[in-house]
Amino acid sequence: MHELALCQELIAEVTRIAAAHDAVGASRILVMLGPLSGVEAPLLKRAFLVARVGTVAEEATLEIEQQPLSVRCTVCGAKSEVTPTNLLCRTCGAWQVEILEGDALLLKSVELFLDTAAEDHPVEQKAAAETTSAQLGNG
Amino acid sequence: MCESCGCAGVSHKSHVHGESGRLSVAVFSDILRHNNDQAAHNREHFTEHGVLALNLMSSPGSGKTSLLEATIDALGDVFRIGVIEGDLATENDARRIRAKGVPAVQITTGQACHLDAEMVHEALHQLDLASLDLLFIENVGNLVCPASFDLGQHANVALLSVTEGDDKPAKYPVLFRAADLILLSKSDLLEFIDDFSPIRAEQHIRALANPAKIFPVSARRPESLAPWLQWLRARWDAQRNGAPRAADTTAALPAK
Repeated sequence: MHELALCQELIAEVTRIAAAHDAVGASRILVMLGPLSGVEAPLLKRAFLVARVGTVAEEATLEIEQQPLSVRCTVCGAKSEVTPTNLLCRTCGAWQVEILEGDALLLKSVELFLDTAAEDHPVEQKAAAETTSAQLGNG
Repeated sequence: MCESCGCAGVSHKSHVHGESGRLSVAVFSDILRHNNDQAAHNREHFTEHGVLALNLMSSPGSGKTSLLEATIDALGDVFRIGVIEGDLATENDARRIRAKGVPAVQITTGQACHLDAEMVHEALHQLDLASLDLLFIENVGNLVCPASFDLGQHANVALLSVTEGDDKPAKYPVLFRAADLILLSKSDLLEFIDDFSPIRAEQHIRALANPAKIFPVSARRPESLAPWLQWLRARWDAQRNGAPRAADTTAALPAK
């Protein structure tokens, strides 16, 4: 159920980015999900179809990149690819492992539609966008 | 990696590529950034006031409120306790806590299946943190959604009641992996339940690479609470010593 709440956060972020770049909408949203994020990709996609209505992402597609899940054993030092319910070291069986990757819940990138007026002045638009993007990065 | 130019993205920095009316913006920010920022803000509030904040998570009916009642009975004279109660509906749990003489704020989430940092922040407006030592946030009974939302707590406590099955940690790995302490609640029923093995429960928890301590507790057997109460005191001491308050740092243990 929390996938809908997550989509609302996601779309709020996309809305901020679109506004910062004077974009009229988003065409493609790329998200990276790890198996330990607690979020299911199919549910997120379904929730997105509901959450995007009436927002800048109304026309957008949501693409999900699955992050692999891997750990490093603090006992023997080996690196293993593991599953969410069994994080044990595949070399020595120890449970004392640290997660290397697999808990991501990231907005990686957004593709935006610029308004048609901006198309006549791509250079100025790009410069303006870079300024706002820098401001966004500081915020 | 940015698909327009192949460059590596940097966290929280955006950059753009303008191409015929389209822009590709690399973002690399946590989807829950807004919630995480609010949670960090809540945590600062708690720490500044010398309050240890704990997030209690479990299935519905595993005994979170009963554990809190028994904990208040045991520690109410030692710590000044406050409670935030999360439920879809009703004020029932907050009423039970208030009956123990402890301030309790009820958050009713409607249909929302979890608490988030903003809801907790709103509830804080109804609590005087300066007059608290311990704040328990009783999350909505749910083993899925609460795990994804940081509330600003200092530690997560998960309850697993012995009537539920010892493989719950394997079925709900995200939540049980995030737990800093796991309490096997309703442990007084263990003698009647032959299919719950605390050893198997521990194996499932270790398979999640979680080193958390695991204590069997029963709200009906006050003596069984000793390890939990000791953990609370140690955690509170560590919290207080690590982050002394600007004022009122005199007493090691506060009088009520």
